[in-house]
Amino acid sequence: MAAPVYRASLPDANELARERRRARLRRFGGRSVLYSAASFFTLFAALPFAWMLLTVFKQNADLYDPNHNPFLYNSPPTLDNVRLLFEQTQYATFIRNTVFVSVFVVVITLVATVPAAYSLTRLAGRWGESLGIAIFLVYLIPPTLLFIPLSRVVAELGVRNSWWAMVVVYPSFTIPFCTWLLMGFFKSIPWDIEEQAMIDGYSRLGAIWRTVLPVSIPGLLTVVVFSLALTLHEFVYALAFVTSSAEKTISIGVTTELIRGDVYFWQSLMAAAAIVAIPVAILYNLFLDRFIAGFTLGAVKG
Amino acid sequence: MSTSAQVVPVAAGVDRRRYWLDREGVLGPLLLLPTVVYIIALVGFPLVLAVLYSVSDATVGDQSLDFVGLRNFRAAIGDGTFRVALRNTVAFTLVSQLIVMLLANLLALVLSADFHGKRLVRFLVMLPWTTPVALGVLGWLWTLDNVYSPIDYAFRQMGLLGPSIGPLRVDNPVSDVVRWLGLGSVFGTGSNVLWLAQPALAQLSVLLVHVWRTLPLATVILLAGLTAIPQDVKDAANVDGAGFFRQLFYIRIPLLLPIMAVAFLYGIVFTFTDMTIPFILTNRGGPVDSTQVLASWAFIKGIEGGSLGEGAAVAIFLFPVMAGVAALMLRLARRTETS
Amino acid sequence: MAAIEARGITKRFDGGGGAAVDGIDLASTDGEFLVLLGPSGCGKTTLLRMIGGLEPPTAGDILIGGRVVTDLPPRARHIAMVFQSYALYPHMTVFNNIAFPLQAAKLPKETQKQKVGWASGILGIDHLLDRKPRQLSGGQRQRVALARALVREPNVFLLDEPLSNLDAQRRASARDELQQFQRRVGTTTLYVTHDQVEAMGMGDRIAVMDQGRIRQVGTPLEIYDDPADTFVATFLGSPPMNLIPDGASGLLFGFRPEHFVPASDATGDDAVRFPFHVHRTEYLGAERLLYGAVGETRTIARFPANADLPIHVGATSEFAVRRRDLKRFDRETGLRRDQIRGIG
Repeated sequence: MAAPVYRASLPDANELARERRRARLRRFGGRSVLYSAASFFTLFAALPFAWMLLTVFKQNADLYDPNHNPFLYNSPPTLDNVRLLFEQTQYATFIRNTVFVSVFVVVITLVATVPAAYSLTRLAGRWGESLGIAIFLVYLIPPTLLFIPLSRVVAELGVRNSWWAMVVVYPSFTIPFCTWLLMGFFKSIPWDIEEQAMIDGYSRLGAIWRTVLPVSIPGLLTVVVFSLALTLHEFVYALAFVTSSAEKTISIGVTTELIRGDVYFWQSLMAAAAIVAIPVAILYNLFLDRFIAGFTLGAVKG
Repeated sequence: MSTSAQVVPVAAGVDRRRYWLDREGVLGPLLLLPTVVYIIALVGFPLVLAVLYSVSDATVGDQSLDFVGLRNFRAAIGDGTFRVALRNTVAFTLVSQLIVMLLANLLALVLSADFHGKRLVRFLVMLPWTTPVALGVLGWLWTLDNVYSPIDYAFRQMGLLGPSIGPLRVDNPVSDVVRWLGLGSVFGTGSNVLWLAQPALAQLSVLLVHVWRTLPLATVILLAGLTAIPQDVKDAANVDGAGFFRQLFYIRIPLLLPIMAVAFLYGIVFTFTDMTIPFILTNRGGPVDSTQVLASWAFIKGIEGGSLGEGAAVAIFLFPVMAGVAALMLRLARRTETS
Repeated sequence: MAAIEARGITKRFDGGGGAAVDGIDLASTDGEFLVLLGPSGCGKTTLLRMIGGLEPPTAGDILIGGRVVTDLPPRARHIAMVFQSYALYPHMTVFNNIAFPLQAAKLPKETQKQKVGWASGILGIDHLLDRKPRQLSGGQRQRVALARALVREPNVFLLDEPLSNLDAQRRASARDELQQFQRRVGTTTLYVTHDQVEAMGMGDRIAVMDQGRIRQVGTPLEIYDDPADTFVATFLGSPPMNLIPDGASGLLFGFRPEHFVPASDATGDDAVRFPFHVHRTEYLGAERLLYGAVGETRTIARFPANADLPIHVGATSEFAVRRRDLKRFDRETGLRRDQIRGIG
């Protein structure tokens, strides 16, 4: 028996017009769903930050009245709360400590990860990739599993209750993560260039210094950004190792020192959070794709 | 041409020891050394120490390690709060990550479409992940305030809550509709929901913030997966006349499954081991330990209570999940390597 | 200047089965242009990299200028290498690219300038010295790479398919320039390629490689006329040498397509005759190819396009090869069974 023949007939003008109308309707419906969904997710994600920013500039009489519409300024906005934050709290100290910790952590991370990532991509042969993944998995070992024994280590090193504790401990998670990130970068740089440099008369280290590093500046920048971001994000170790307020960094200083007692200065508190959170978010966002490329372990190509 | 190089002697009497740093077998391990030392000293060694602590009677006062067998584990399990913490940890993790998987797929669909203001939307939607978690949770603490929550205000205006001091009854078109639907004061006749003051609602709030925190991560991972679907596959589907839902269920979702697994595993890691959210949002696991989780309980026992052994024993319970996740992650990585 | 020699060089990569380079002995003479020719994956680049010091051999020794350099790093060998990609330093200007080896040698600034001027003059790129590599065309990049190789006046040039990134037109003229350039500077050159036209056109001698071994070393003429085995016979020449099994002797008869002519044209009795069944003809401008079969074996004949041939497609006619154009190969090993000139 002959196979049944299926042949699409060409639509006539009426059908075409109907199709076109239907397509327009579908498109309009699709757009409405799209914009509603985008609005919903944006509201959900940004709500606490929006409330944070609104609060910063509110006067007490305006904020602390449940009958006032919280989404409006019922009294004119003010900068008093920000002033209070810097003049009457230890916020400036927290910022200073955070800067010190960040700089040291970034430097230690760079010094350790650049050679390690190079070694794993270029010198370790076929073990490099596996070892790199193993090192990345170290990043996933949570602080909450390690803070108890590490408190002992920190005490033995004599840095307990000082921001030096964070300088010592934070590279234990920035190094594994950034080694893996940087490996991705080095893999994308052709070997030719450094081999050419070695042919041209440089030692391996000289070739790395003069050719590999200059062309991996975007990669090094990524390492700087993420060791910085991870440092600013960290909360658990800081909470566990530092108790005296003069040594605290922002994420624990703000959450433990500024809300102690019954009186919450919410406006100043929110200012303290927003001043750090927004710049970090912007920085992080710029490098987000790099971060995800590292996170997906190459499960996503491209 | 000049002739200087013609007389450069090749390897004439060179001291070969000068070149030891050029040997890959020497230089490779040497460059790796700082990283390996750091990881062994500050991750490997503490990990072993954590296990040792969990079977010892070490306290902050007396750090000598005297073996006490499984006493710490028995004590931990015997404690009612521990059981609540274990249950909460598992429940928060599983429920939040199932919700995240659902929402992340939707959000990834939204963000993979083109629309006005997409870059801004993406930036805002990523905020929960890109800002320091402690500060974000602080924002929620104030958003869910018992008296001044703006959510409560909105609910009051919609007639979902009782009135606050002042006018006895809210009257506006929205509240009329709400009342007509029989939803008047569904959140109670009081003026506030008290999100963080009642155990069930506090648990819900913690769950909500977990979803809020990990949704962006899962979304960007899925987005990366979406962009990796070859354009010609999508084109072929379009030409073949597959509509939106057919493409969704027959092309996107099957091709995204491995990457969804990756997103899910990361979500599990970050929620299972988190202590920041209950610590800040519900003031260390309150009310009455109803939002306590393993990590925060280990902190309270081990660091604040000074009982290193018992705290370590509690934290050890995080380990099997971590190991399992790591193993699965490795399998996924290997599968993508071979394919 | 210096000759290169490989003695029993072997390379096995960990995890990867057999040897990539399998016990090669090869020696150049001083100032020679020696081409390593072979299909991709035959080990020719690995051999070159071992000579350059970029890859340690598993066994054997490398000699440059008569001295063993096997365990020396590249920088101690005083060689120059041009990579397939040219490997220009993307973050440096052309001047700095060329001066880079001189900086490594810590020559005075003034000398560096002088030498860069000299090398860029030879290659005609004086006007490009301030540019970055990404602003150059493929041909200009190649010249920069050559200038950088030349500037330090090395003992040896190692070139790894330096023309493969050029388009076909540019490649022909680059071939010519490169050969003239090598003749002028007179530096021993080892040139890796998979392109037989490059090898035939440029090499003083060619070493044909396959599966990690050298199959034959000789002048282009020797390699083409007198292949040492069936691999060399079919790898060189386009279309390749015909190989026809001979029932009586159990050997393979090999002959070039241009030596396969109608029996009427092969005068004298030193010709061997074959019945040739023609399937198809192909006009390629300057020449004409006849595709067909001798017995069961696919066979090709080549003629100048203007040759007057009384041949019909589908017909079988008597063809012949002169006895001295007929090579005999062992059917099992593929090796030549008759006298060869110029083996390695």
